[in-house]
Formats: sequence, structure tokens, C-alpha cells
Amino acid sequence: MQVSASGSMSTVSNDDNLVLSSEDSSSPDEFELELGLGLSLGSGVAKARHQALRSQYARILTAKDFPSVVSSASSSSLSSSSSSSSSSSSSSSLSRANVTAGTKRSADSVAVANGASQVVGWPPIRAYRMNSLVNHAKSPATEAFHSGEEENRCIRKADNGDGKKNGNPNDKGHVRSSLFVKVNMDGIPIGRKVDLTAHKSYEALARTLENMFNEPTTLVKLRLSGKDGPSRLLDGSSEFVLTYEDKDGDWMLVGDVPWGMFLSSVKRLRIMRTSEANGLSPRLQERNGRQKCQPI
Amino acid sequence: MNYFPDEVIEHVFDYVTTHKDRNALSLVCKSWYRIERLSRLRVFIGNCYAISPERTVERFPGLRSLTLKGKPHFADFNLVPHEWGGFVFPWIEALARSRVALEELRLKRMVVSDESLELLSRSFANFKSLVLVSCEGFTTDGLAAIAANCRHLRELDLQENEIEDNRGQWLSCFADNCTSLVSLNFACLKGEINLAALERLVARSPDLRVLRVNRAVPLDALQKILMKAPQLVDLGTGSYVTDSRSDAYNKLKSTLLKCQSIRSLSGFLEVVPWCLPAFYPVCSNLTSLNLSYAPGIYGFELIKLIRHCVKLQRLWILDCIGDKGLSVVASTCKELQELRVFPSDPYGLGHAAVTEEGLVAISVGCPKLHSLLYFCQQMTNAALITVAKNCPNFIRFRLCILDPTKPDPVTSQPLDEGFGAIVQACKSLRRLSLTGLLTDQVFLYIGMYAEQLEMLSVAFAGDSDKGMLYVLRGCKKLRKLEIRDCPFGDVALLTDVGKYETMRSLWMSSCEVTLGACKTVARKMPSLNVEIINEHDQTEFCLDDDEQKVEKMYLYRTTVGPRTDAPEFVWTL
Repeated sequence: MQVSASGSMSTVSNDDNLVLSSEDSSSPDEFELELGLGLSLGSGVAKARHQALRSQYARILTAKDFPSVVSSASSSSLSSSSSSSSSSSSSSSLSRANVTAGTKRSADSVAVANGASQVVGWPPIRAYRMNSLVNHAKSPATEAFHSGEEENRCIRKADNGDGKKNGNPNDKGHVRSSLFVKVNMDGIPIGRKVDLTAHKSYEALARTLENMFNEPTTLVKLRLSGKDGPSRLLDGSSEFVLTYEDKDGDWMLVGDVPWGMFLSSVKRLRIMRTSEANGLSPRLQERNGRQKCQPI
Repeated sequence: MNYFPDEVIEHVFDYVTTHKDRNALSLVCKSWYRIERLSRLRVFIGNCYAISPERTVERFPGLRSLTLKGKPHFADFNLVPHEWGGFVFPWIEALARSRVALEELRLKRMVVSDESLELLSRSFANFKSLVLVSCEGFTTDGLAAIAANCRHLRELDLQENEIEDNRGQWLSCFADNCTSLVSLNFACLKGEINLAALERLVARSPDLRVLRVNRAVPLDALQKILMKAPQLVDLGTGSYVTDSRSDAYNKLKSTLLKCQSIRSLSGFLEVVPWCLPAFYPVCSNLTSLNLSYAPGIYGFELIKLIRHCVKLQRLWILDCIGDKGLSVVASTCKELQELRVFPSDPYGLGHAAVTEEGLVAISVGCPKLHSLLYFCQQMTNAALITVAKNCPNFIRFRLCILDPTKPDPVTSQPLDEGFGAIVQACKSLRRLSLTGLLTDQVFLYIGMYAEQLEMLSVAFAGDSDKGMLYVLRGCKKLRKLEIRDCPFGDVALLTDVGKYETMRSLWMSSCEVTLGACKTVARKMPSLNVEIINEHDQTEFCLDDDEQKVEKMYLYRTTVGPRTDAPEFVWTL
């Protein structure tokens, strides 16, 4: 069976960040994804693959690229919903799914999970439609992840109108706001969009944003070094802080409320200069007391 | 014709309605140009930057209806940065200033601010119809202004827009004496709705024919609305969910029996499938069914529903219908003309929701099919050849294999021959989108056979400049060409720059085109705007380095030169 191509196939740029979409799960997740699956590809293979990718358009990855996956694939059936959630969400859920639910990940699925989610603007579906699809995908996928049961091919909403679903605040069928939220950074004229449901934590989100806005030659440096280590955006040590506008139109510091609650109230993000953000903290503490909790 | 007084000629022109024909009339002679422009009521502008608002208003002072398109098509897939452009405000301003008696405004992929909507609502006393497709930039406050100020509003149609919901009471802003509504579509709104206000609005709108509600309208509210509007022709349900075999459901069943006029059905944004039988009586009259936002309907329930839809002409569905489900469509919907199959799991894999088999079945059962959008796991040459034989009437053929460079899984060959068969058989083909493993050969076929082709979308295809050249040379009627991630470069771009003047636009992203070549095009063709979009660090992209590859290029013909509202990251050469 043919294995799908991976990654945006542009040979224009040398920078991996340029190749990958600003909307999709970012490149660090890709490497974590491979390690999490115990592929033990190692940096050598990954690097070779990337070099090969740069030199061709849409090279088809074959089973040869993932020798350890083919031999170690377990035999339990694959939940397509959980795979879709994996491919469009962060690495941690995928590796956990492999370990706990023992789902089979063939070479095909890994490549597509890597590839299809990394290509900008592919498949060519209007963003509005894509958002509503992912909206529907989220809750059954969470169910599958927790219970390990097999899902129907088509993402199903098995509900009777009440909030029976996991992880989805459901009051009278009220849909959550768009998963793609705009992100602006002070000093950079171009805004981006980021898919919040592709992240499971503030750390993951902050890392994505850092890669999105971190260009080697810009004056702005969000990080001192490397990929690892806590995000400076969140701990207040950078000259920038991450803030968000909530449903009520107030600007809050990111990181104070549980992730799920954040998801249900965030409208957009702004990477603000710390100097401007100072006024937010006291108000934030005050607001936290008043904020009502929604069942998640 | 010169011996007829103007009024007679104008009367004759009244029968000439299509944009193409009206344009042709205006070219015959000066006198016809004058008569035509003064009597023109509907103006269509495919690229809002091709002409200035002032010039439009000057030429067509009598215009009543304006259609504008803004961003390039690939903006739908996030390939165009948000701040690129396509603002409607200058247009509304110009129309307002010149006192054009605007009645209808239709916008696609434009940035619409609340300010624009407010100005629109206050400037045209006879404004009747607002249609917004894939637009953004406004909130429900803007809608409130439209509702409140457009006293003769007939149509408010919002399709797939990104609208910020301020949870205001925009629906309540319709005046109590506003009774003219014919069409109301707010399915894309995400927030709550004042149900009582909606019911009252429906009750006082005897001419209401189209109503598409959003997710916040539950089943019992729908039933009450349908009681007041049994004359509806087009219905979009909201949340079609109920707790048990309730009163609400039974009431709905009997209400729907009275709604004999419904021909178009959509919605089911949330659904409990066993409630669908209430709609079976409606299904037998349907000509249009859109279940593409209803992943809750699948399997047996979906098939049962489809079996009732014997008169269906248009079907939009998710791929969870499967090949078997498509066979049912093929045997039931003999009148089918348009089919769109969307992926329910875009990043999914392996399990073939629909494949070439489904498409072949459709082609066998539905010979009237002329428009297709088909997202599938795989496609074979044999299947495409069969489809071409069975359905030679295709006008639009858009195939999207989720893995964009996948060859024929049976023969491992590229899909050149399959698409070649399509273009050869379908002599009326106007729009084509290609995917799969494709070489230059497919473009040779397209250039040779696709004589009526107006729009071509290409991704991850071709081997060399020859591919693009075949198309540019062969397709005489080509208007829009959009290419991404193909190995087409400077030679292809520069061989016939005059061609671009005959087209509306050309988009090339992640190809092999260099900055120098783009500059050459701009220099040779002053009637084109050649825009380079560079989203990333501006210091990396050097306007003097002609050798560097251009990430995104969008060129289009224009009468007004470089636009003044381009953001920092867009350079017009």
C-alpha cells in the first residue's frame, strides 16, 4: 500500500519553519511523534529524510523509511478517529495512544499523520469547513482515547443532546468558538493563526508560537537556546508575555486557568511586550475569583 | 440598428442579461457602449482590484446589483495571509457618495468591517439583498445595523463566513414593520439566538422562502417556526436533537407534513439520526440536499434518508457515505446533476471512505451529472476513463485525492491517462482540479483538448516547465490558473507574458519562479499587477536578489495599477 508523502514539498526555502504551516501542529511535534512511537529513528535518519524531502517534490515515503514501525506494529485494530485526532493534535496523545490502547500504527498512518497535517493548505478544504470538522472530531476522539474503544469510520456524535460527551462543554448544543485563533505579536505586522486543539497544554502552545514568530535574524528573541527547556513566554523571563482575549473582551495572561477552561473562553492571542502587560496581573487575579466554571 | 431610437435599443438590451453578453454589446460601437452602460443593472467584478470603485460607479451609474470577489481562491486554504487585502469599504463609500441606488451586494472572500455594514445600511434606502460568502472581519453588530436600517431587506445570506459573535440581539433589530424578508441564512453564526425574536420575525414575513438557522436553534423552536412558515422552499435546520420520543418530535412530524414546498434541505449541525424519519415526506420533493455539515448522519440512517430523495439534483455529502452509499445514490437519484463529497476526516488514512468505485457507480447511475467535487482516498485511470465515457457532460470536475501525489494504486502509473480521458470526452469542461501523481503528459492533454477550460487548479504535479506551457498555449479560454508546489519556473512564466492579459489571474506558490522573472513580467506588462507575497522575515527577503525563489506570486490584470492598500509583506513589482 502506498505511503503518503510528508511535509510541504517546497524546495524554495531552507528553513524548516517556512516549509511547515503556521496553522498546523509545528515541527517539534513531528520529532516527538517519531520518538514517542519507539521508532528509534534517531537524528540521522530524520535528517536524511529531511534533506531528501528538500530536494524533491512530494517524495513518496515508503515502508523503508520506517523499518522499525513495520516490524513492531501491534495487532489491535486502529481507531481512525483517534488517529485523526493524533494527526491533528500534539504528539503526546499519539504516543500515549500507542502505549495505553495498543493501537496499531502502520507505516502508512505514521507517514500520513506526519505528512498530511504538515502540508499548508492541504487538503484544500475551506477553513470554515475544516474548523467545524475538527470541532466534531474532538469529542469522540477524546472518548476513544480514554476508553480505547473502536470508533466508526465516520465521526459520530453519540449524544442525546445533553452534556454526555467528554471534554466538550455542551450547553444546549452551543458550539465552541473557532479552533483557529489569530495570533499577533507586538512589532510584527503579520498575524498568524494557530489551531488550539492541536495542543494539549500551555507549554505545547507556547512552543508552537515561539517557533512561529522566532526568526533567526529578527531582533526579537523569545528563547535563549535549543528546543528543550521551559518556555520563556510563560514564565515571565522573556521580554514578551503571552496574553489572550477572552469571551468578555478582557485581556488576560495565559496560563492561569485550566487548559480546558482556557480553550472555552479564548478568542484570540497576543504576544505582548512585558512592559505593556504589567497592568494585567492584578486585574487577572481579581477576575479569577469571579470567573464562573463551566463543566468540562 | 443606428436608425432606432435609444429607447428601443435599450428595450432590446433588457433581454440581454448575462454579464458576458452585456460586455459584448458594449464593444459593438460607441452608441451601444453608451446605451449599455447607462442601462446596466447588474455588474460583476471578479477581482476587486481590477478596477476602481470610482470608475465602476462612473461607468454604470444606474447599477442596482454589484458582485465583488476579493482574495484569490487559495486564500480559502490559508495560503494567503490574513491582512492581504480585499476590503469592501472603499466600494461602499464610492457607491454611497455617488448616490447609486444600490439594491444588492454580493461579496466573496472579502474583508467586511462592521463599519462597512453600517455605512451600507444607512446609504441605500432601497437596499434589498446582502450575500456574503467566505468573508470575514465583521461581527453581529454589523448584522444588527443591517437589520435595523434596511427597511426593505429581502435577503440576508451568510455562507461560511467567519463572524465574531458578540451575542447581541441582532435578530431583534429587525423593525416590527419589516415584513419583506424572503431569504434569511445565518447558519454560520456560532452564538446564541433570541428564539422569540426569530419566531416573531418569521411570523411577520409572509414572503419568507429560505430559512437556514444555526446550531443554537433547537428542534422545538424549529417546529414552532415551521408552523408559521409552511411555505418555505429552502430549510436549514439547526440542532436536530431531542431527548426522547417527545412531544416536540411528534409535533414536528405533523408540521412537516404541511411543508410541501421544501425543495432544499441542509443543516443537521447536530443530529440524532433516529429523528430523521420526520423528514421522509419532505425528502421525496427535494432537489437539493446538503448534509456536508452533518457527520451525525451516517450508515443505515443515511441510506434510508437518501432512498427517499428520488428527485435530487444536487447532493453535498460527507465521505462516510462510503462507496456502497454512493451506489445507493446512483440507483436512487437519477436526476443528479451536482455532487460534492467532502472528507469527514481530512487527516485520516487507510480506511477508504470513498474510492474510485463510488465515483464509477455514480457515473453509471447519474448520466446527467455535470458538476463534481470529490475527495477520495484513491483513484485509478480505469475509473476515470469509465467516468469520462459515462458522463461526457461535465462542466466542473474537481478531484481531490487526500494524498496529493498518489498514483493509480492498481497499476502504479500516474493519472495522466485518466484525466486525459476526462478532458477529451467532456467538451464543455470549464473548471478542472487535478490531484494524484501527474506528469507533464496530463498538461499536454489539457492543452490539447480542454478548449472551454476557464479555471485550472494544480497542486504537486508536473515534471518541468513544459507542463505549464502546454496549458498556457493550449487553453484559449483560460481565465484563472492557480498552481502550488509544482516544478514550474521562469521559462514557463516568461514564454508568453501577453497571455496573462487575457486571463483574470495567475497564482503560483512554492514553485520554481524567481524574483527576477517576476520583475520581467511586471516590466513587460504594465497592465498587470505582479504581487509578491513574502510572509517571513523581511530582512531575509531581498528585493535586489533576482535569483531567489519567490514563495508566492499572484498576478492579475488591472486597469488601475498597483493597489494602495497592500500590506507590508506584499510587494507589487
